[in-house]
Amino acid sequence: MLEAKEITFKIGEKVLLDNASVQFEAGKLNLIIGPNGAGKSTLMKVISRQLIDYQGTVSYNQVDSKALSDKKLAQMRAVLSQNIDLAFPLKVWEVVMMGRYPHFTDAPRQIDRDACEAALEFFDVMYMAERDYLTLSGGERQRVHFARVLTQIWNPIPNQGRYLLLDEPLTFLDIHYQFQFMHKLRELLKEKDLVVVGVVHDLNLAAQFGDVIHLIQDGKLIASGTKHEVLNTKNIKKAFHLEPVIYNNKEKGSLHLFFE
Amino acid sequence: MTKFNNQYKAWFPILGIVLLVTFFFSMKLGAINISWSEIQASFSKLLSGEAMNLNERIFMQIRLPRALMGVFVGASLAIAGVLMQALFRNPIVEPGLIGTSSGAAFGASLYFVLGSVIKIHAGEWTLPLAACIGGTLSTVAVFFLSQNRSTGKSSVVALLLTGIAINALFLSGVGFLSYLARDPQARSIIFWNLGTLSGANWVSVSIVGTIMIVCLFFALRYAKQLNALMMGEDEAIFLGVNLKKLQIGVIALNVLLVAVATSFTGAIGFVGLVVPHLLRLMKGSDNRFLLLGSALMGGILLSLADLASRLLLAPAELPIGIVTSLVGVPVFIMLLRKKQYYF
Repeated sequence: MLEAKEITFKIGEKVLLDNASVQFEAGKLNLIIGPNGAGKSTLMKVISRQLIDYQGTVSYNQVDSKALSDKKLAQMRAVLSQNIDLAFPLKVWEVVMMGRYPHFTDAPRQIDRDACEAALEFFDVMYMAERDYLTLSGGERQRVHFARVLTQIWNPIPNQGRYLLLDEPLTFLDIHYQFQFMHKLRELLKEKDLVVVGVVHDLNLAAQFGDVIHLIQDGKLIASGTKHEVLNTKNIKKAFHLEPVIYNNKEKGSLHLFFE
Repeated sequence: MTKFNNQYKAWFPILGIVLLVTFFFSMKLGAINISWSEIQASFSKLLSGEAMNLNERIFMQIRLPRALMGVFVGASLAIAGVLMQALFRNPIVEPGLIGTSSGAAFGASLYFVLGSVIKIHAGEWTLPLAACIGGTLSTVAVFFLSQNRSTGKSSVVALLLTGIAINALFLSGVGFLSYLARDPQARSIIFWNLGTLSGANWVSVSIVGTIMIVCLFFALRYAKQLNALMMGEDEAIFLGVNLKKLQIGVIALNVLLVAVATSFTGAIGFVGLVVPHLLRLMKGSDNRFLLLGSALMGGILLSLADLASRLLLAPAELPIGIVTSLVGVPVFIMLLRKKQYYF
C-alpha cells in the first residue's frame, strides 16, 4: 500500500497541498481527478519523491519514502511523466531497456532482456523496437514510455509491492489507445502486489475504469471512494463549478456525466 | 540471443586498427622522416643501452612522445566531449564552449607569469594543477550560473550565453596576463592559446596518459546514468540516479581530462565536438559505446591533425589548434543548422 499522510507543501506563501492524506491500495486502479491547479501533479511529485521538502510522510509499504535508497525506490516504483524529450537518437528498445537500469550494473542480463521484450509485447510496440525514438509521433512515444515504466517494475519483489505512478498518461493518445491503455492497466491489476495511481482529466474515463477515485481541490482531498461516492452533483459542482447531469445505468452499474 | 543488442563492439577492432595505422604514420612523418629500420634500431639500442644516432634520438625523445601525446590528448578531449554533451543533454556542448578550456588557459597563464614570482612548485604537476583550478572555477561558474533558479535546469541558450560571458572573462584575464608578461612568458601564453604537441616529453606523456585511462575507467561507470539523463533530469531520478553526485563526478572528470591535457598542449578546440558526433552517426548514442569509441577515435583524429600541422607548412609547423578549428568549425555550424538537434 502507498500512503500519504498529512502532506503540506508550499512554495513561498502559496500552499499547493494543504494537509492532504490519501491511501492507495494495491490491486485497485486509483485515479486522481480535480480542476486545474488543484495540486494533482504536486501530489504525484510528492509521492514519487520528486519533491522532498514537504511536511508529512509518504510511505511505501509502511516504510517512509525518504528512508529508501535511490536504487531501492527505483526498483519498485516507476513514474510516467508527460512529454518526454530525448536529447539524442536512440532505438525504441534502448529507451525501454532504460527501465531496467535500476536492476543491472553493467550490461543487461537475460532477465532484463526478457522483461524488456515482455513489456514491448504487452503494449503492442514490439514492431517498432528497432526504430529511432525521435521519428515517433507523440502517441507512439507515449506507448513506448508505457513499456519502459512497466519494464522497470516487471518482476514482482517479495514483500515490497510495486508502484506505478502515472501523471496524465492519456494526454497524447487518441480514444482508441486511451481505452486500450486503461484496459491494459486493468489487466495488470490482476497482479495483487501492484499499486497503480494515475492522474486523469476525463471524468467519464475515471468513472468507467477507476476503482477508487480521489477528488482534489485547492490542495485538499475533498472526496475519496467509488465513482458513486465521489462523482455526485455536490462534489462536481464544488470542484469544477459546473452543474453535471448524472446518468446512472443500474443494470450495467455504469455512471456517466454530461455537462450543459 | 542477439535481440536488444547493439553490435557496437564490432567497431572497436576497426577503430583500433585505424588508430594503429595513424599512429604508425605519426611516428614516421614530420620535418625529418624516420624510417622503419631506424625505429627498430632505436628500440633495440634503448634496451641494449647503445648510443643512438641523431635520427634515432629524434625518434625516441621527440617523435614517439609526441605521437603518443596526440593519441592521449585526443582521447582525453573526446571523452570529455562525450561526458559534457551527455550531462548538458546537448550535442553542441564542448569543453571550449562551457569555459573549461579558457579557465584552464587562465590558470596556466597565471602560472607562467606568477610562477617565477611566488615560487610555488609541485614539480611537473604544477602546470596541470594550475590549469585544473582555473578549469574547475570556470566550468562550475558556467554550470551554476546557467541554471534556472526555480527549476534548477539549464536551457541551452542560457548555457551558451553564460559560456560566452565566462569565456570572455577568463580570456580577458589571459589577455591581461600576456600584457603584463615579459617576452618569453608572453610567447608561452600565445603558444598555449593556439595549441601544440611539440613540447611533448616522456614525463608529460605519462601524466596525460595516466589521467586519461583513470578518467575513462570512471567515466564508463557513469555511462548508464548518463544514458538515463537523455530523457531529462526527472526521468533519471525516477530511474534511481543521484543527480547531484552524477553532476559533480562528471564535471570533475571533465575538468581533470581537459585541464591536464590542455596544460601540456594548450587549448585544442573542437575535438570534443567532432568525435562524438561522428560516432553517433556510426552507431547511435549509447554512452558506453561513445566513451570507448571516442577514446579511440579522438586519438585517431588528433594524430591526423598533428600530422597535418607538421606537414602542411613543413619544415615549419602550424599550431594544431588552428588545424582542429578548421575542421571543427564547419561541423559545429552544421550541427547548429541541423533540425534534428533540439534546442
